[in-house]
Amino acid sequence: MVKSASLEGLRVLEGSRAVAEAVKLCRAQVISAYPITPQTHIVENLAEIVADGELKAEFVNVESEHSAASVVLGASATGARTYTSTSSQGMALMSEVLYNIAGLRLPVVLSCGNRALSAPLNIWNDQQDSIYVRDSGVIQLYAEDNQEAVDMHIQAYKIAEDHRVLLPLMVCIDGFLLTHTFEPVYLPTQGEVDAFLPAYQPLYYLTPQSPLTMGAFAEPDKYMESRYMIHQAMERAKGIIEEVAQEYGRIFGRYQGGLVEEYQVADADVVLMGMGSMVTTMKVAADEMREQGKKVGVLKLRAYRPFPAEAIRRALRPGVKVAVVEKAISLGGLGITTGDLCSAFYNQTYRPYIRGFIAGLGGRDISPTSLKQIVNRMEAEVEGGELEFIGLNRELLEEG
Amino acid sequence: MTTISRSVKPLIAPGHTACTGCGLLLGARLCLEAAGKEIIVTFATGCLEITTSRYPESAWEVPAIHSLFENSAAVASGIEAALKVLGRSQEAKVIAQGGDGATADIGLQALSGMLERGHDILYICYDNEAYMNTGVQRSSLTPLAARTRTSPIGPSSWGKSAQKKDMPAIAAAHGIPYVAVASVGYPPDLQRKVKKALSISGPKYLQVHIPCPLGWAHDSSLTIKVAQLAVQTALYPLYEMENGAITSVRQVSRRLPVTEYFKHQGRFSHLLRPGAEAEVAKIQAVADANAQKFGYPPIR
Ligand SMILES: Cc1ncc(C[n+]2csc(CCOP(=O)(O)OP(=O)(O)O)c2C)c(N)n1
Ligand SMILES: [Mg+2]
Repeated sequence: MVKSASLEGLRVLEGSRAVAEAVKLCRAQVISAYPITPQTHIVENLAEIVADGELKAEFVNVESEHSAASVVLGASATGARTYTSTSSQGMALMSEVLYNIAGLRLPVVLSCGNRALSAPLNIWNDQQDSIYVRDSGVIQLYAEDNQEAVDMHIQAYKIAEDHRVLLPLMVCIDGFLLTHTFEPVYLPTQGEVDAFLPAYQPLYYLTPQSPLTMGAFAEPDKYMESRYMIHQAMERAKGIIEEVAQEYGRIFGRYQGGLVEEYQVADADVVLMGMGSMVTTMKVAADEMREQGKKVGVLKLRAYRPFPAEAIRRALRPGVKVAVVEKAISLGGLGITTGDLCSAFYNQTYRPYIRGFIAGLGGRDISPTSLKQIVNRMEAEVEGGELEFIGLNRELLEEG
Repeated sequence: MTTISRSVKPLIAPGHTACTGCGLLLGARLCLEAAGKEIIVTFATGCLEITTSRYPESAWEVPAIHSLFENSAAVASGIEAALKVLGRSQEAKVIAQGGDGATADIGLQALSGMLERGHDILYICYDNEAYMNTGVQRSSLTPLAARTRTSPIGPSSWGKSAQKKDMPAIAAAHGIPYVAVASVGYPPDLQRKVKKALSISGPKYLQVHIPCPLGWAHDSSLTIKVAQLAVQTALYPLYEMENGAITSVRQVSRRLPVTEYFKHQGRFSHLLRPGAEAEVAKIQAVADANAQKFGYPPIR
């Protein structure tokens, strides 16, 4: 959705480089990360940017993702703007600390270069890793393409650091499909970003000038209130994510949606819902099907946590059928965003017909053709659809 | 008895919830008072956390942060990095704290990272030789033959079957400028080491021996005496290492047999029964080796 007419500021960059440039423009002050494919290029690029003196930051080379998250935790508590990133196993290792960062209400920004979880070991893209930390209190935004990844990181600091929010924020970018793909992206100028994103103003920070204790423990008569307050902050974040995206759109001429993006949803009979780079494929499939007279739309979830139930309800009219395509699964349960979507409608006066499709796990391609097949099947169905895996190789399954 | 100077306001305030005779809270208070109030401290999950920071109360009179059990050193690294980039390094020295479990077991990796990277941080390990907060389970710093809930005494067990890990040597192996071992039984020596550590830039490691009346099953009036006996028996020698070389050892005028240390502590009571001679000999051998290494006199 690049609206800028001029080529000024347009550069062809690898997704990871583009993200690193965005983090530089945000003037992150303490950066700490540990290498893991496909996130590695982001931090390599940042290491280079810091080494070249282009960004005044401390780059802390840690011995694990657990420590990377702990370093940015300590730095954020001291009043610095921080950045880390990881993928897959690194996200799993970080998870303990991510819950802690959220509970401490520290506006750390991190990127997830989305990748499958082991076993079997697999370095390719799906979204199981970010979904793994869905309940941590970390805001999750998913970028559709590299331009959105750049813009989303700049918005991320503004959302996370807003005193009405003060929560960590994770920008999810599909591994390889975005992190390793070269695309033309507009990079704003430093002056533009500085005007949009002023220096971080912590509400509290560690200093002998005004000693305070962070990370106290809470007994049963106190703990629930602190969790409730995080939940409330998540709820407030919904408005702020939208507000910041719109302000960004006004200033920079690019608006890729706030909580959700609706693409030909209003009159659609079948809507494909997804997150991340698959949304572009969905838009292609929808366009092609519209040419054949089928009313197909796409609902992109930009925000997954907080879950934009109200925005989704506003977008989906009665009678519509929704096919949720997911790159993650709760094994033995159901498609995870499918569950979220169902519960957004269960107590409402109307419920769309909803089906979950698991696709693209461990880097398997999601093609426009497979999406069209999903739409065709949805058109015929009225009830009874179970969770389905798309594109399984039956021969391999029989081998066992 | 040594009188402790109270010229400064305690930086860990009274009102914390530690047990009577707790060596940990005494040790931590002595360390902080020696450091002064221009510090930022981290503390790991464990007795130090649970006794000082029950919301909405806090015993910390200095800026303090608790995150998790195993990441005290990494959180401190982030604080130090932030102070640097924000141009606030002059504002405070950074002290990371953890128990023996937080330091030598679950947090060893994070500590190693902090030492290797060269952060200007003093790491203090409060060594009460077991996981006390969770009810006295063995750690890698629990000494040989000590009874804990996970190294119990029974017909086929003499308590902990493995040696105490040489954590100061592991710290020193990182090539850091200062490593020291101190004891709550010798407050002036402990405070001198804290001050010295903070006068040196770079990563420093200080291990403080702190008796735990509950976990060690000794009378709560004997905390200082038990701590001193650990030193006098050469089971816990107090020394400093600068740039890898031992530069000072706190000498003892009279070395005592290890049984003198055991007899006040329930965790070693099985060693005083008939039939325990071979086990006692093993521990005496540990003490003798220490005595030889650190130039202690023979037992008289
Ligand atoms: C990851 C993790 N594992 C286990 C625990 C449970 N736990 C909390 S404190 C503690 C032991 C603390 O021992 P130590 O570090 O020696 O401190 P002490 O309480 O003895 O001072 C344990 C096992 C935890 N909080 N986090
Ligand atoms: Mg302990």
